[in-house]
Amino acid sequence: MTLAVRIIPCLDVDQGRVVKGVNFVNLRDAGDPVELALAYGQAGADELVFLDITASSANRETTYDIVRRTADQLFIPLTVGGGVRTTHDVDNLLRNGADKVGINTAGLANPELISDASRIFGNQCIVLSVDVRRTSETDSGFEATTHGGRRSSGWDAIAWIKHAVDRGAGEVLLNSMDADGTKNGYDLALIELVRKEVGVPIIASGGAGQLADFAPAVVAGADALLAASVFHFGEISIHEVKAELALHNVTVRA
Amino acid sequence: MSTVVILDYGHGNVRSALRAIESTGVTARITSDFDDALSADGLLVPGVGAFGSCVSALRSVRGDQIIERRLAGGLPVLGICVGMQILFASSTEHADTNNFAGLDQWPGIVRALDAPVLPHMGWNTVRAADNSHMFQGIAQERFYFVHSYGVTSWDLPDHDYLEPPRVSWSHYGEQFVAAVENGPLWATQFHPEKSGQAGLTLLANWVSTFSEKS
Repeated sequence: MTLAVRIIPCLDVDQGRVVKGVNFVNLRDAGDPVELALAYGQAGADELVFLDITASSANRETTYDIVRRTADQLFIPLTVGGGVRTTHDVDNLLRNGADKVGINTAGLANPELISDASRIFGNQCIVLSVDVRRTSETDSGFEATTHGGRRSSGWDAIAWIKHAVDRGAGEVLLNSMDADGTKNGYDLALIELVRKEVGVPIIASGGAGQLADFAPAVVAGADALLAASVFHFGEISIHEVKAELALHNVTVRA
Repeated sequence: MSTVVILDYGHGNVRSALRAIESTGVTARITSDFDDALSADGLLVPGVGAFGSCVSALRSVRGDQIIERRLAGGLPVLGICVGMQILFASSTEHADTNNFAGLDQWPGIVRALDAPVLPHMGWNTVRAADNSHMFQGIAQERFYFVHSYGVTSWDLPDHDYLEPPRVSWSHYGEQFVAAVENGPLWATQFHPEKSGQAGLTLLANWVSTFSEKS
């Protein structure tokens, strides 16, 4: 009996549509997040992440509707992040069917949000989402950023993650801005460092480009592996990832 | 058609539970209405968050009485996640000197699991009890767990005149109770409503204990 490493596709949703391009076969509408979510469920995803990248808060109702329609049909865990600013936002997402809520920028601006949300809703549903990049300005050599990696938050990334976990974050979605989009593999040094420092599950994100990239991230300490474009463009299937991990004696859900 | 009530006391992803139960072909509704919850063919008790706040919220809708009376009358109750934990005698979660008291349907203390990474989050296997009805057809499947606390020993003595409870186990750092079938009272530490097709089958197995075949 061993816990399976989770494989998690991430969908970027903007004003109700999946963006960053999706080229999935056999979909009527590749831009519909609900249809794509169900397709990933069929394809063996262990969990799903919706990242709401809508700039304005005016479209929140659209997001709630997508979450609701997805959760009504897909019986695997669903994490929703992006634009979560208050415990009211967390409550709305959970009520509409999200199982976990990702907190990123608003947590950096107001760490009390993480404490409050985890106290009210339980730490198991509060995911610290953090965009990390290398720097010479911090002790660890990594900093937490905002604005999609373009601005420094002033926090050492490792110190911030420890702080947020102490406040009650139950999981860390660790996104490497250096690796993101490179397809050169997950940021193993970063994963190893965070694994040494915190005792909550880590979702590795950023850099997955080929089958060989997945197992090393597990060895480095990741409990779950997130990827977007390699799945969206059909370059790699979830089943292929799981078969590759199994070859490396990593436990996966069949 | 049979009816399942999902007890609404502010603790749990009731929407997913509703849809998952509906997928088994019965009518389901979310309510905290005392009489409705008492008379439904099946009662599902969800639960997320901390043990103490779950028990308090449950008591505030008289959920403890609803469960007690249903069980006295042999009516099915299914507790999920913290909805299972609160059925035990007490919990050490956020407790100072005294443990938080639970509903005490079963002896046992809910305590933090001894594992390097918590919460225990993800898909794990279950060692199903012999002749389990709950796991019929799905004993080899994985189920979705999210919890940091659990019950690591089963302390209810067998009774000569009653059918012994069927206890199923999982392992994460140590052994813990994954599910119990004890007469009309069933419970799972994992989330069947989030465990894909295997979870829906489990819920259908539960529903089949009180729903007439159509």
